[in-house]
Amino acid sequence: MIEGALWRRWVFYNIPLILFVFVLLFPFYWMIITTFRPDGELYRPWNAVNYMPFWTNDPTLEHILYLFEETNFMRWMFNTMFIALVSTVISLFCGVLAGYALARLNFPYAGGLGTAIFVTYLVPQTLLFIPLAEIIRNFQLGDTPWSLILTYPTFLIPFCTWLMMGYFKAIPKELEECARIDGASRWKAMVYIVIPVAVPGILSSGIIAFTLSWNEFIYALVFLSSPDQKTVPVGVTSELIRGDVFFWGPLMAGALLGSIPVAIVYSFFVEHYVSGLTGSVKG
Amino acid sequence: MAEVSIRKLNKMFDVTHVVKDVDLEIRDKEFVVLVGPSGCGKTTTLRMVAGLEAITSGQILIDDSVVNEVPPMDRDIAMVFQNYALYPHMSVAGNMAFGLKMRKFAKPEIETRIKRAAAILGIENLLERKPRQLSGGQRQRVALGRAIVRDPKVFLFDEPLSNLDAKLRVQMRVELKKLHERLGTTAIYVTHDQVEAMTLGDRVVVMKDGWVQQVGEPLELYNTPANRFVAGFIGSPAMNFIEATLGESNGAVVAEAPGLRLSLPGPLAARARAKAGRAITLGIRPEDVHVATDSDPVDLCFDVIVEVVEQLGSEILLDTRVGPATVVASVEPTMRIRSNERLRMSLKPERLHLFDAETEAAI
Repeated sequence: MIEGALWRRWVFYNIPLILFVFVLLFPFYWMIITTFRPDGELYRPWNAVNYMPFWTNDPTLEHILYLFEETNFMRWMFNTMFIALVSTVISLFCGVLAGYALARLNFPYAGGLGTAIFVTYLVPQTLLFIPLAEIIRNFQLGDTPWSLILTYPTFLIPFCTWLMMGYFKAIPKELEECARIDGASRWKAMVYIVIPVAVPGILSSGIIAFTLSWNEFIYALVFLSSPDQKTVPVGVTSELIRGDVFFWGPLMAGALLGSIPVAIVYSFFVEHYVSGLTGSVKG
Repeated sequence: MAEVSIRKLNKMFDVTHVVKDVDLEIRDKEFVVLVGPSGCGKTTTLRMVAGLEAITSGQILIDDSVVNEVPPMDRDIAMVFQNYALYPHMSVAGNMAFGLKMRKFAKPEIETRIKRAAAILGIENLLERKPRQLSGGQRQRVALGRAIVRDPKVFLFDEPLSNLDAKLRVQMRVELKKLHERLGTTAIYVTHDQVEAMTLGDRVVVMKDGWVQQVGEPLELYNTPANRFVAGFIGSPAMNFIEATLGESNGAVVAEAPGLRLSLPGPLAARARAKAGRAITLGIRPEDVHVATDSDPVDLCFDVIVEVVEQLGSEILLDTRVGPATVVASVEPTMRIRSNERLRMSLKPERLHLFDAETEAAI
């Protein structure tokens, strides 16, 4: 909290905060209002007498109904969920084990290997999709969910590994040493002591990995082609923008419904998530 | 019940040699304290006994079998860590049960053992709590409990009291002592606090820079320190040191320093005679220096200027100046002395220590 005169608090604290929250939340507000706005209002010119951009007096469900009845939206939701869940589970499994090994096993070149893994995360997807497309074609995985389930870990595993490595390093080494003196092998000490203590960290990286794969666009766009295989981000943009016609209502309805599962996941784990990001382990 | 032998133990971290040729025989039921300043290798030695640190060279034997390559889980030891290392996701009972579960004890046996240990430590009412709901002293007890339920061959303590506040530390020190007398398990205890070392240890091992300086019973270290380091480390307030030279006059051996001329008593003179003419360090503990009376022989007296008077209640500490040297004296609390006062002091000749100025070894 900023001390001192009232004007100081407003200038340095309240006003910046309000601006920040406004910038952050306005797109969501716009998305919601567009979802429920009838077409007549949506395409009304800005200089019309009854132009009313920030509110609507006759909300409608027609865009949502359109989404469910005229497109494969439910199918896209299912695809996205399936792909995001499976690739998150694979990445978490590898990331937890790799992070533990890099943080604790003290093998030669562990530090260099950790950096190398992080560097692979820095390779832009916009470059990587070209060789990956070749591989996907060779394995004949194109246009199946597996093309994404197997390629998402290329950026999710380095991410999870790096995050978990940091988290494991923050857990006092003595916990594990004590367990090993207590009669646990290295493996048992990891399973019974280190991993339960690292649950907040695992949840955090899991949530971020899930969000990253839920929102992923370029691989999904390149590797999937038939409408019923698509994920929400690709499905919505490819099926609801036809030529230069934007179906704003259904587009926004799709974006809104597509963001709901992520919002649920976040709010469900938020307590663990925050303590995971700040890396607090209470002794 | 076990004996621990450490033979020619060495540890290198890359190029740093942290433990050097440590030899130590720990007898059954003995409480041995490793003490020394930070970085002296005491904790590394303990961790090698625990199996948490690989041994560079040398041997560690528990009950006559070499354990160099035995993993910690199979050494049948228990360790209490400085930060307690309680498993944060388990209750107190769960923490204590973990080691027994890993060793596949039957459930009723685990319960009896936890109850017995909890009763010994007075933590029966805490068994269902999580570590974060406990105070520092309670965590300490749980960490002890986790060690004693296992009934191991050897207890290892790594500065277990240093996270507690001063009052609690004294209290837990007494309890640890009682606990050891009751259980009689062989124990190795690491600390940097010489008071803990003196009060707890059956024998104390003083270490510095990876070398063992001296091994002995607490009073042995106090009364006959092997070198200047041990003399200065053991005892509080610390021993006074005065740089002096040895000389002979009228057949007596005298130690001379600016403002000071002492003739050495019989046995000490006999040992010191060979070093006549050489530089030495005189050592005398504050409690062996007193304000001179008429009965003190003149050749054991010296004049000082009092610089600081520290009233401790049970005694008064005088920081005095003798030539360039500072001498601390502990005197009766009834004396009325002011700073800047000039005093004539004397000392107990049989309590005088001499150290070679070069090698720092006791003469």
